[in-house]
Amino acid sequence: MENRCAIEMKGITKCFGQVVANDSIDLSINRGEILALLGENGSGKTTLMNMLSGIYQPDDGRILKDGEEIYIHSPREAYGFGIGMIHQHYKLIEVFTAAQNVILGLNDGRMDLKAANEKVRSICQRYGFEINPEEKVYDMSVSQKQTVEIVKVLYRGAEILILDEPTAVLTPQETKKLFAVLENMKKDGKAIVIITHKLNEVMEVSDKVAVLRKGKYIGTVNTAETSPQALTDMMVGRAVTLNIDRPKYDNPKKKLVIENLTCLDEEGVKKLDSVSFTAYTGEILGVAGISGSGQKELLEAIAGLYPIKEGSIRLVGNDGSEKEIVGLTPKKIRQTGIGMAFVPEDRLGMGLVGSMGMTGNMLLRSWKKGKGILVRKKEPSELAEKVLEELEVVTPDINFPVRRLSGGNVQKVLVGREIASEPEVLMTAYAVRGLDINTSYTIYNLLTEEKMRGAAVLYVGEDLDVLLELADRIVVLCGGQVAGTVDARTATKEEIGLMMTQFNTKEGE
Amino acid sequence: MAAEKTPLIRLAKRTEMKRSSMWMIRVGSILVALLLGCLPMILTATNPFSAYGVIIQGSLSRPVYLKQTIRTAIPLLGCALAIAPCFKMKFWNIGAEGQITMGAVAATYFALFWHDRIPHVPLLLIMAFTAAIAGGLWALIPAFFKARFNTNETLFTLMMNYIAIGIVAWLQGGPWEGRKGSQLIPMFSDSARLPTVFGVNCGWIIALVLVVLMYIYMNKTKQGYEIAVIGDSVNTARYAGMNVGWIIMRTMFISGAISGIVGFIIVSGANFTLYSGVADGVGFTSITVAWLSQLNSFAMIVISMILAVLEKGSNTLQTRMSVPASIADIITGILLFCMLSCEFFINYKLIFRHKENKEEGV
Amino acid sequence: MMSTIIALIVAAVTFGTVLMYGTLGEILTEKSGNLNLGVEGIMYMGGAFGLAGAFYYEKAAGAAASGPAAIIIAILAAFAAGMAASAIYSFLTITLRANQNVTGLALSIFGTGIGQFVGEFMRVSEGGYVALSNNLKEAFSATIFPKVFVNIPVIGNILFSHTVFFYLAIVVAVLMYLFLKKTKWGMYLTAVGESPSTSDAAGINIVKYKYLATIIGGGISAIGGMVYIMTTAGCVWNHEGLSGVGWLAVALVIFCMWRPLNAIWGSVLFGAMMIMYLRVAIPFIPTELYKILPYIVTVIVLVLTSMKNSRDKQPPASLGNNYFREER
Repeated sequence: MENRCAIEMKGITKCFGQVVANDSIDLSINRGEILALLGENGSGKTTLMNMLSGIYQPDDGRILKDGEEIYIHSPREAYGFGIGMIHQHYKLIEVFTAAQNVILGLNDGRMDLKAANEKVRSICQRYGFEINPEEKVYDMSVSQKQTVEIVKVLYRGAEILILDEPTAVLTPQETKKLFAVLENMKKDGKAIVIITHKLNEVMEVSDKVAVLRKGKYIGTVNTAETSPQALTDMMVGRAVTLNIDRPKYDNPKKKLVIENLTCLDEEGVKKLDSVSFTAYTGEILGVAGISGSGQKELLEAIAGLYPIKEGSIRLVGNDGSEKEIVGLTPKKIRQTGIGMAFVPEDRLGMGLVGSMGMTGNMLLRSWKKGKGILVRKKEPSELAEKVLEELEVVTPDINFPVRRLSGGNVQKVLVGREIASEPEVLMTAYAVRGLDINTSYTIYNLLTEEKMRGAAVLYVGEDLDVLLELADRIVVLCGGQVAGTVDARTATKEEIGLMMTQFNTKEGE
Repeated sequence: MAAEKTPLIRLAKRTEMKRSSMWMIRVGSILVALLLGCLPMILTATNPFSAYGVIIQGSLSRPVYLKQTIRTAIPLLGCALAIAPCFKMKFWNIGAEGQITMGAVAATYFALFWHDRIPHVPLLLIMAFTAAIAGGLWALIPAFFKARFNTNETLFTLMMNYIAIGIVAWLQGGPWEGRKGSQLIPMFSDSARLPTVFGVNCGWIIALVLVVLMYIYMNKTKQGYEIAVIGDSVNTARYAGMNVGWIIMRTMFISGAISGIVGFIIVSGANFTLYSGVADGVGFTSITVAWLSQLNSFAMIVISMILAVLEKGSNTLQTRMSVPASIADIITGILLFCMLSCEFFINYKLIFRHKENKEEGV
Repeated sequence: MMSTIIALIVAAVTFGTVLMYGTLGEILTEKSGNLNLGVEGIMYMGGAFGLAGAFYYEKAAGAAASGPAAIIIAILAAFAAGMAASAIYSFLTITLRANQNVTGLALSIFGTGIGQFVGEFMRVSEGGYVALSNNLKEAFSATIFPKVFVNIPVIGNILFSHTVFFYLAIVVAVLMYLFLKKTKWGMYLTAVGESPSTSDAAGINIVKYKYLATIIGGGISAIGGMVYIMTTAGCVWNHEGLSGVGWLAVALVIFCMWRPLNAIWGSVLFGAMMIMYLRVAIPFIPTELYKILPYIVTVIVLVLTSMKNSRDKQPPASLGNNYFREER
């Protein structure tokens, strides 16, 4: 039993400023075993593993390898201890070939690309990967890039592999393949950790599950002896049937009509492919899909921030008149008189001004208001006070830079501002990502209030359980296309899951 | 003894720092810079104390010196004000030199060819106005390409300096040449010269007015807000419905216009003629002024005076102690280095190993 | 006509050599992700210290002073000065994570100040005139090839008449090309400039690579300043002629697409533009306007390169950004 234990972490603590990301965590990782590290977004899983891979150093606590205390100051040292991590955002050099990426940072004498190509090919053959070692990374698909990452770690002879959310961007087929590979590596005696928040994957592939909640270690259980319900309880702290209140709105009317919307990115790849749907007043329209299926582009296109190749986006006024907004700038869209609010995914990079306080950020919506060249700060500062009070934002004062607030407070500032404009169309992207349960519920309630006020709410989410309980209808995106629209009151998770992946067989090539 | 393997110094981002300690660090860094400035003096066998003494004496001790120092400070201050909005927007305009020069060209045109047809005050107003337009347009060229194609503005604005200087060199030896072969443009007539107030050309009043206007512009106006948002995140600006390209061009035009006015002040208030070296490095030194004052317009008054003292005093230093006047540039450079370094100590905290041990021991 | 063209080419190479060092140094620097705008200051320092090195060597050695020794000393002095200057830059941007743009500008001001200071100080302390003996001057501007080669019609002058610095610059360019393309360290350096976080995760010591590339790059750039003073300026401190050269070198890096071999012809081309007004008169265009030609061309090049979007011809992806591992 002792021999199987590869890594032991004891009392690991890590803080970022005032945020305690990991609070005295104990964890053991065993050889020949797949350990799932489970937790909600923001529960500190990635931070914990980054301390094994040498990206961060713990503020407190010890790491033991085979019973001996080790110090991992850098990723290089991590490799030296046989620890390799596959990050969620792939760490690859785009202008290099696969093989160049694989040998990057290795200290074995001369650079021999030919030998590296050969060795990469042999690893690929052994595990059934399909990549060309001489292909440049920028020409590769997402799953190929992940493969390069895994080969990279294997090439270095890692005994302990950590995978951070490996399936987030994979199709079901690719996920199956990945899991098969993990099984093989497990049989080789390697210790494997997968970081995830998806229960079905935990149940499918892992031997043990360690659960983190809000930076604290909750416990480890054998997968065979647990159930998804029990794991959820550990993850969220109490048994949740989400119980989101979902009142019905009486008189829904058309508010936003989208027809055959097609968008290309800078390199000419189709991000949206003739998307059509209609959003109604008094409705939360959920948008589901695996990440990167065009959700971001869809919302940005509606907001006038993403170039549109063809198609039509029309806002419907209260009198039933339709206004075409394709080709309009955000400013012009605002001038149509039909209020639109947008909570973007990248809160500090797009929705807020990090260096300014709450007042400065409230101003972002109203700065144009009023005659003359001077800005009016009175209204926004009142609004800031109001948001502060109603949404219980924790900040030293309303002029404290929002960049330095915690994620949940940042989101409250953003959502508070957007809702304050009483929009007729409210779009949110991953509105609860990284937030704790309480804040999430605050957001759900706010969105429902907006819906009952008569707004058309577009809710892009990643958690199907939430979508099914919060939304009225759900549009499922897949590879930039609409795979279908379902009634959230009757649809099942399986049904949506199937739709989310239905086109991917074509896209994967 | 396990801790021996943790690194000696680790870094962490600071979350908060008192305003007072922030300014303490900044003032401290200026002192360190002045100390480091002693090094080249010592190496050239000059007593640093007497050298700094001469610098102070040569720039402030007599009314004449003081006036000269203020005359040096005016363009620095004006130009720093011009640069501030660009830097706030993270648009690295290092073309103030050329914008000053083009402003000076426009002012000189009216000073040379219209002085006998237009009375004093209107002539000066026209000179100032056209100088602003010329400087603004000159700045608009790189701004347009930045907005349209994201062309590197640092190098573009810089190249525009050399082009502007080349144009003046041509005017000097060509169409505007006074006495044939002199390579000089004639001196301005009295009606094209700025009046003096308290013995210094009234450029200082213009500069001080600009300080207040720029402060209001940056902190109180819609346009100032737009600039601040773009400087933080271009995406957020787009999200808020701002036309980023247009704002970049507008801001650069304003910046260039102020630089143009500085050019007008220089030719009409100090030199009374135009030559290719009219900007005389002001465009660069004012970057230092803007940065050292953290883009705060009122702080710029102090900093531009400090740098003017350095510059004026170094000239005295050169004549009295034969220390090359470029010592001023060296100290300016060191000042910037120290100021840049001190931001690090404001933004990050160092965690020393032995300190941690102590904490664990308690 | 022919002789004019040959003379133009020879002069272009002389000036181009200056630019080539500046550009090659900056290519190496930028490959690591550091945008060092201080090349102007670095080249000033290189020029002043290079001259000082040769001058004080001759003063110490007297009549026994040998040309090759003076050349080596000048190169070393310039190289050391450039390394010192870019070491300051490296410390501020890599260790203290100061803004690269402003730090580069500060280095420009500082470096031109130091260069001027040293140049002036030598002049003042040596009683008004600093010059090498004609013997040594000759050594700096002489070719390394025997007369026989130089006398070959046409190609003799074009290929074999240049100073040792030109051939050395080509060697540097080729070595840098081989280093970047063929060696492991070159690949690592490229990786650091592309994505420091990736390289860090791969276990590359990015701090080491950034420091080394920036410091050595600064040293190479500084040699350019020395070459200008010792060849074009005739072994006399001349800051006016050197002014702007460093900035042109920074612009040339973009023109050369961060490839050392392109720097060879790119520099000579720009060298030609810099001296063309002396050699090829164009009617109706005054000399002073003619002189700004290279700057106008640079502007056009900047605009054109920013307009096209090719995957392989992009700057190092992390250029201008500092790296802090624990950034969230």
